[in-house]
Amino acid sequence: MAKSEVKLLGAWPSPFVMRARIALNIKAVEYEFVLETLEPKSPLLLQSNPVYKKIPVLIHADKPICESLIIVQYIDEVWTSAPSILPSDPYDRAIQRFWAAYVDDKLFPTMRGLLTTQGEEARKAVLDQLAEGLALLEEAFGKCSKGKAFFGGDRIGLLDIAFGCMLGWLRATEKISGLKLLHEANTPGLLKWADTFCADAAVKGVMPETEKLVEFSKVIVARMRGAHPPK
Amino acid sequence: MGEEVKVFRTWSSPFAFRVVWALQFKGVPYENIYEDLSEKSSLLLHYNPIHKKVPVLVHNGKPLAESLVILEYIEETWKQTPLFPEDPYERATARFWARFGDDQVLPSVFGVFIKQGKEREEAIVTAHGNLKYLEEELRGKKFFSGEKIGFLDLAFGWVANLVSVFEEIQGLTLIDHEKYPLLLAWIQNFMDDPIIKESWPPRDKLITKYQALLGSFIPKEAAEK
Repeated sequence: MAKSEVKLLGAWPSPFVMRARIALNIKAVEYEFVLETLEPKSPLLLQSNPVYKKIPVLIHADKPICESLIIVQYIDEVWTSAPSILPSDPYDRAIQRFWAAYVDDKLFPTMRGLLTTQGEEARKAVLDQLAEGLALLEEAFGKCSKGKAFFGGDRIGLLDIAFGCMLGWLRATEKISGLKLLHEANTPGLLKWADTFCADAAVKGVMPETEKLVEFSKVIVARMRGAHPPK
Repeated sequence: MGEEVKVFRTWSSPFAFRVVWALQFKGVPYENIYEDLSEKSSLLLHYNPIHKKVPVLVHNGKPLAESLVILEYIEETWKQTPLFPEDPYERATARFWARFGDDQVLPSVFGVFIKQGKEREEAIVTAHGNLKYLEEELRGKKFFSGEKIGFLDLAFGWVANLVSVFEEIQGLTLIDHEKYPLLLAWIQNFMDDPIIKESWPPRDKLITKYQALLGSFIPKEAAEK
């Protein structure tokens, strides 16, 4: 497939863009990474994602696909000769989708909240919420992985991608706040999984360095206090 | 023992309707288990400890929550009467609009219903900004899914039974003939479908319920204005 047939509009700090890149890497799809600067938003972005005007946008044969989890599933459904990202059993697929939605709807906003919330009491409440969420994911990891390395079993799956892409920001948040969010005591499974995920060939090249994210967070916190960050 | 399918729901939950409609379209027998959300059963809390909400589908003892996730499961488990498009791009598009419906359209329409004064004026603008996409998506189509009712129609089912209830209670028109001829036609076509019609929530009950809900959002003096 010609490289220009597949374009991904994105930016390096975005965990959501990373999801799409990992999926494309797993499928060994050649693609053109189109850097979106976001300020101002490019005509291509506005044209291909008029509803949300956010990244990532996958453009396949000139057709745009938006929303990272939808993009990952699309990639899985189009490039079927390569390793599957979703499991084959419908119940297992549903569980992965359920937790992936949880990461987006509950966990990510809480993580973001930790960077923007001010005041000791409010921050403690957010921290407790985050700890609770991570505990739930630790439990889910036990059930989904069934003793294997990933939520998806032997290979990276949808939930690994959905949650794994948050690790860069999770680690940056740990550095910024001076707190340990994933640790041996409460989340031993996730701690180990995090290292395995980040070391995987499909992930290594696209996971941003924690230090770079810490630097970038100063920009994003300012933006988050005003508008929404890229999704 | 054959398949055992249970749906934990309330009589009015729009999210639960999606699930029962999908099962009905596929001809899958199921049992309704009605929940009183003010006093959730221990079984519901056991099956959905994370969100503690309805609907929950329990298939042969295995629980699933989140209606859009459940719809995909139903599609993959019972292959008759496909509800999702076959083409991956069309499927991605349907999934996109379904999430848009839940994340943007529903909250904005609900905002119009419960807000007042200037806040409502602003909510109306936001709601129209979202609803226009639905009108556009219907261009050249009878249903969002094409010739027949499918996943996206079920996802938008609440538009067909709740918006007019909100409009009646508040004495306003959101989906008007001028701006939304296609959406109004879709509402009628959707409601007229025999399967949908069979389990349509009673309108008078919906009005009573949402009137009561409104009362809990705003102070009594304002409600009586």
